[in-house]
Amino acid sequence: MLHFLEEAIKAAPKKAVEKLIVAKASRRDFLAGATAAFAIGAYATNADAFARYKTGGDFMPGGVKYDPHTFISIAEDGQVTIVAHRSEMGTGSRTTLPMVVADEMGADWDRVTIVQAEGDEAKYGNQNTDGSRSLRHHIQSMRQMGASVSHMLAAAAAAKWGVDVSTVKVGVHEVTSGSNKAGFGELAADAMKQPVPEFEALSFKDEADFRYIGKGNVSITDLHDITTGKAIYGADVSLPGMKFAAIARPPVVGSSPLKYDASEAWATPGVENVMGLRITGLASAFSPKGGVAVIASNTDAAIKGRDALNIEWGESPHSGYNSEAFTAEMRATAKEPGQILRAEGDTVAAFAGAAKTFSKEYSQAHMAHAMMEPPVAVANVTNGACEIWAPVQSPGDCRAHVAGALGMDPANVKVNVTLLGGGFGRKSKHDFATEAAMLSKKIGAPVKVQWTREDDIQHSFYHTTSVERIEVALDAEDKVTGWRHNSVAPSILSTFAPDSGHQFFIESGMGHLDMPFEIPNISVENGKAMAHTRIGWFRAVSNIPRAWAIQSFASELAHDLGKDDVDMLMELIGSDRKLDPPNQGFPDNFWDYGEVYDEYPIDTMRLKNVLKLAADKGGWGRDMPEGEGLGIAVHRSFVTYTAACVHVKVVDGQVTVPEVHMAVDCGYAANPERIRSQMEGASVMGMTAALHSGVTFENGAAVEGNYNDYEMVRSTNYPLKTHTHIVEHPFSVHASGVGEPGLPPIPPAIANALFHATGVRKRDLPMGVDV
Amino acid sequence: MTTVNINGVDTALDGPEDTTLLWAIRDIAGLTGTKFGCGAGLCGACTIHVDGVAVRSCQATVGEVAGKKVTTIEGLSADGDHPVQVAWRDINVPQCGFCQAGQIMQAASLLNENPNPSDQEILEGMEGNICRCGCYERITAAVKQASTGI
Repeated sequence: MLHFLEEAIKAAPKKAVEKLIVAKASRRDFLAGATAAFAIGAYATNADAFARYKTGGDFMPGGVKYDPHTFISIAEDGQVTIVAHRSEMGTGSRTTLPMVVADEMGADWDRVTIVQAEGDEAKYGNQNTDGSRSLRHHIQSMRQMGASVSHMLAAAAAAKWGVDVSTVKVGVHEVTSGSNKAGFGELAADAMKQPVPEFEALSFKDEADFRYIGKGNVSITDLHDITTGKAIYGADVSLPGMKFAAIARPPVVGSSPLKYDASEAWATPGVENVMGLRITGLASAFSPKGGVAVIASNTDAAIKGRDALNIEWGESPHSGYNSEAFTAEMRATAKEPGQILRAEGDTVAAFAGAAKTFSKEYSQAHMAHAMMEPPVAVANVTNGACEIWAPVQSPGDCRAHVAGALGMDPANVKVNVTLLGGGFGRKSKHDFATEAAMLSKKIGAPVKVQWTREDDIQHSFYHTTSVERIEVALDAEDKVTGWRHNSVAPSILSTFAPDSGHQFFIESGMGHLDMPFEIPNISVENGKAMAHTRIGWFRAVSNIPRAWAIQSFASELAHDLGKDDVDMLMELIGSDRKLDPPNQGFPDNFWDYGEVYDEYPIDTMRLKNVLKLAADKGGWGRDMPEGEGLGIAVHRSFVTYTAACVHVKVVDGQVTVPEVHMAVDCGYAANPERIRSQMEGASVMGMTAALHSGVTFENGAAVEGNYNDYEMVRSTNYPLKTHTHIVEHPFSVHASGVGEPGLPPIPPAIANALFHATGVRKRDLPMGVDV
Repeated sequence: MTTVNINGVDTALDGPEDTTLLWAIRDIAGLTGTKFGCGAGLCGACTIHVDGVAVRSCQATVGEVAGKKVTTIEGLSADGDHPVQVAWRDINVPQCGFCQAGQIMQAASLLNENPNPSDQEILEGMEGNICRCGCYERITAAVKQASTGI
């Protein structure tokens, strides 16, 4: 996200394509024409097993790296160490990417150790763990590096035994040729001195020979540590002489302390210092909000001291932000024409000539991520250098911004990535790490900054609040001839650049412009809404309000026309085709998740396929008892297709969800076990978003503060059974991510099911648990 | 200074008696398996056992457990092989993993009090523990497995 934001801020007319890096292996002098010689063992030829394709990874800062020396090492005892360069926040990328390497190189997973990379994108390539990109951008490089080492082991063995390399087979953690046999460890030193083959010189495993890839038989690498309390998250880092800090931040963005009385804070046992954390200008980008910090000998004292501060906060231009009034304002704006982003056909004529029109409006409140681990970071600034330990999604960006805040060369800033106790987009923003660095510099000792839950919910980079209004024109045969969708929501861009009140191409690319229905006249519009708090991104981002609106609307339209929901969706999606953005009124800067469109086109056949799959598996069309209903929704996000068929049952006046059937098409499924866990998790978080998640503002400040008023789905009312149905594909159907795409279909599927169960239609998120 | 028996070891905890037990365990005793999630007894991430019973350590003080037996995730079993921990691994419960120590301590306490809970008793017994990643289905299955050995 950040990288694309920077692009948007620069508003550069140049296309990112110019920065395309053609991936090449590191040593070009390697055995030209040796491909055949390396077709070892049962490996398929290059073209059969792995045809290289282009991804947006090449356009990201740092790009994609292919040098196995950076990622893989083999010890004399055969233990293989693989670097995980993406942050682990629960999706399993820290396990899955190294697993791909291990399989392709022939390593035994039980003899693999994973080490986490520090933030260094020049070395490791892009590390910004965001946008469901880890697998999508890095599965090819992981396969390539694994295959490279396999070939290097074979070459070393051939040289050692004086045999032709074509006779050498790389098996599981061992290499053989005739009666010769050696373990990886014996060959390691010689193998790693071999030249790294070019991609074209490599042969790859046939998919049928994979032992881990596509199997789902590997547990996450941290499983034992997690279940025994040994796993290290941000707050678990401890340094000698470390101090503990809690910070009182301005409740309204842009406010600062006029004066404060710290006498009670000083009187708290364990408190050692109280100091202002001065931020110049409005808090923006990833800058901390400023405030007053309390430094203590332990976290308890720091928090108690912080809570004892008596601070008078100054006014801010945002002190008048009130959610209720703002939503009313957005509703009024949504009813007026907005800026037209996509114009296909002649929508004005379609509505003028319509037999009838039908319109509905859907809203969503702000959301905070509320990951179980609140923001936390440890920093140690000494002798002009800074070292950070923090649960950050983008250590490379964290490094650059901490360096900027301290006035340091980024070369002197080291960012160590701990496990993340959830991220969901919040930990892409490393304001907490910058706070720790600033305080450490100030007091000359290592500092841990711990956020409380209230800090997290009240000083978030919030998911935006929105009103989405959809209006269709219908002809006399009830066929939809015109589509107008006006999206009104404060933009993420406002956090990073002067606010125009309009959304930018990333937000528009998430379910708004790329609406896949086959309607001849389409107008995609954006009405103005100014931001009055820090707007950030939350798992699935703008796809949540767009799927909420479009998928609820389709169900409402079906009801109005006396049609079945699935039939209505199939009719709206229309023929099997790939959308053709340049000829369908899309703007030139249409953003297909940062990919080259032709590699990941919007494919209505795949969209309809997951819809049918979810409907079939969920038993769509069956008679439901009184108070129960099925609801369905389908959405493409992050180039993955998902559909959800949700069973809602009203029990004692409350919404419950006995069962969810998720259908997911993420191209090649590298780790089905973690795909399932992501779908199960999305099902739960989707239910929380549908029923509970709303942060509201009064006089500029967030009202909610903890899990009592910002509620989560709990064990007594969660989707009791989530079935995941994965569409199977060969490797040639590009793998895409699953961290985010499970979420968007859930809230509309719940609302649609609730409507079928009760006749009650909900159009505002959160809808509440009570019917 | 208060002496508390933590995982079988008498541990001297510096500071006032009203120090929050969670932070004493983490910052003073240096046992970081017990997590801070909400500070208000709402999420269960900080769950420990006091004399074998699940307690939210963010809602207890050091003084309240003086002379009592405190068990944290690090002390639940010698080799991480408590039936609940084993079931957790068999079923691949965690995603981010942050809440799991609290979940496991809650489940162990639940099974200690009620070795054969019904499905509904499991759901109700685990209600105080939030998992934002949404692992509830697997958590429920793991508690069930630990209780029945299935």
